[in-house]
Amino acid sequence: MRDVAVIGVGITKFGELWGKSIKDIFVEAALKAIEDAGVDHIDSMYVGAMSPGLFVGQEHLGAVMADYLGVTPVPATRVESACASGGASFRQAFLEVASGASEIVLAGGVEKMTDGADVTDVLATAADQEYEVYHGITFPGLYALIARAHMQRYGTTREQLAAVAVKNHRNGAKNPNAQFRSEVTLEQVMKSTMVADPLRLLDCSPVSDGAAAVIVASMDVAKKLGKNPIRVIASAQASDTIALHSRSDVTILGSVVNAAQKAYKMAGVKPSDINLVEVHDCFTIAEIVVSEDLGFFEKGKGGEAVEKGWTSIECNRIPFNTSGGLKSKGHPVGATGIAQIIEVYEQLGGNAGARQVKGAHIGMAQNMGGTGASCVIHILEAK
Amino acid sequence: MITARYHREIPQRYRLEAGKCEKCGHVAFPPRLVCTECKGKKFAPVVLSDEGKLTTFTVVRVASDKFSKETPFAVGIVELNDGVKVTAQIADADPEELQIGQKVNLVFRRIQEDGKAGILCYGYKAVTA
Repeated sequence: MRDVAVIGVGITKFGELWGKSIKDIFVEAALKAIEDAGVDHIDSMYVGAMSPGLFVGQEHLGAVMADYLGVTPVPATRVESACASGGASFRQAFLEVASGASEIVLAGGVEKMTDGADVTDVLATAADQEYEVYHGITFPGLYALIARAHMQRYGTTREQLAAVAVKNHRNGAKNPNAQFRSEVTLEQVMKSTMVADPLRLLDCSPVSDGAAAVIVASMDVAKKLGKNPIRVIASAQASDTIALHSRSDVTILGSVVNAAQKAYKMAGVKPSDINLVEVHDCFTIAEIVVSEDLGFFEKGKGGEAVEKGWTSIECNRIPFNTSGGLKSKGHPVGATGIAQIIEVYEQLGGNAGARQVKGAHIGMAQNMGGTGASCVIHILEAK
Repeated sequence: MITARYHREIPQRYRLEAGKCEKCGHVAFPPRLVCTECKGKKFAPVVLSDEGKLTTFTVVRVASDKFSKETPFAVGIVELNDGVKVTAQIADADPEELQIGQKVNLVFRRIQEDGKAGILCYGYKAVTA
């Protein structure tokens, strides 16, 4: 495989974008990415989206977006891996360029979640419909099952869960595209409405509209355009059982462990070489478990790490979710994986403004679907 | 819920019918075509124990529209005596008194209904032993 770079990015504001359609927001992000990259065409495109059919009644999203972006007849395909659809979309673009089949590919992601669907019901389709959802469990409920087991096993505390939300809101307050640009206190998280014990409202990522897109290209194209390319040094993906109950240990996300091992091997790096990580904090417990399963902290110590501030920008030991994460930036599910790549790209390019991690050279993006039945990990490096 | 779709899950939901791999003995619930442990493809039908213990649980307070009138309700993962784990609601219990490791039994209960004019949908719920 040949070297592949990200050469341009575009993102919409995340939030309740009632005045705009799914087409409007995707095209807005895609046009920004194309303009940012300075390319005059794309060879193909991928659209990550979890469930446009249920959210807005529209399938065939690849063709829809190619049409409205005005790029027909380029090949255009929707990619789905639940909440990891964005990461999976980026991976398809990476593979297409790495293989030599294309030179310039757009990888996008989008979700329009506020058009009136029963969001809890739609999101639950990422779990086992017949053997989990049938019994009334929700996604906050499934992550609550993980949280309670993690608390019992390792002594993870309610305050440590809340510390994830406090940190991510602090970062998101500095992100102009974030849905919630407001800080929250530990007390506010601890006293917010209970959703699924022990998880409260401020432990949960919000319901969001939003789109994000990046342009992936060969190094040759990047050089011709005079770009300062951010190289993709690892792209890895893994799967796990669809039902949480099928796993021998619900406190370990096997797909994260497996994808991380592949990614570190492909990039030739270890956790200590990485300067910042965007992780899939759909719920506060997820960031804690993922921080352990990526190998940044010993199993069971993720709660302690966030409580001690080791994952904050200020500490600069290993900042997690400088963008604000899904928690504060928002979680339009199909767009999330691409938005993570964009944050890493901006950080490595030194363009993250008030969120900038000093000396950021290598960054990771970890995106997962369901309760980790799928996980996609990318590692990027500034050249 | 389409009737055909409901009908084909009845052996599992009403009677806890599982598949035991003839090669390695792994029990799959629901039955599968390929064994996750040894890749074997021959299974014999078995009925699971209805006794087990709670391995983790939550109380759902915000549910999908279908379950919104039932909140709050407890849901957990139950490890049955034969090692199989299932997700089930925990009925007839004060959620504040539930504990990980607690012994429970699976019993036959109504789980949901298919709209105002559709069928009633049954299955297993856990009750404290």
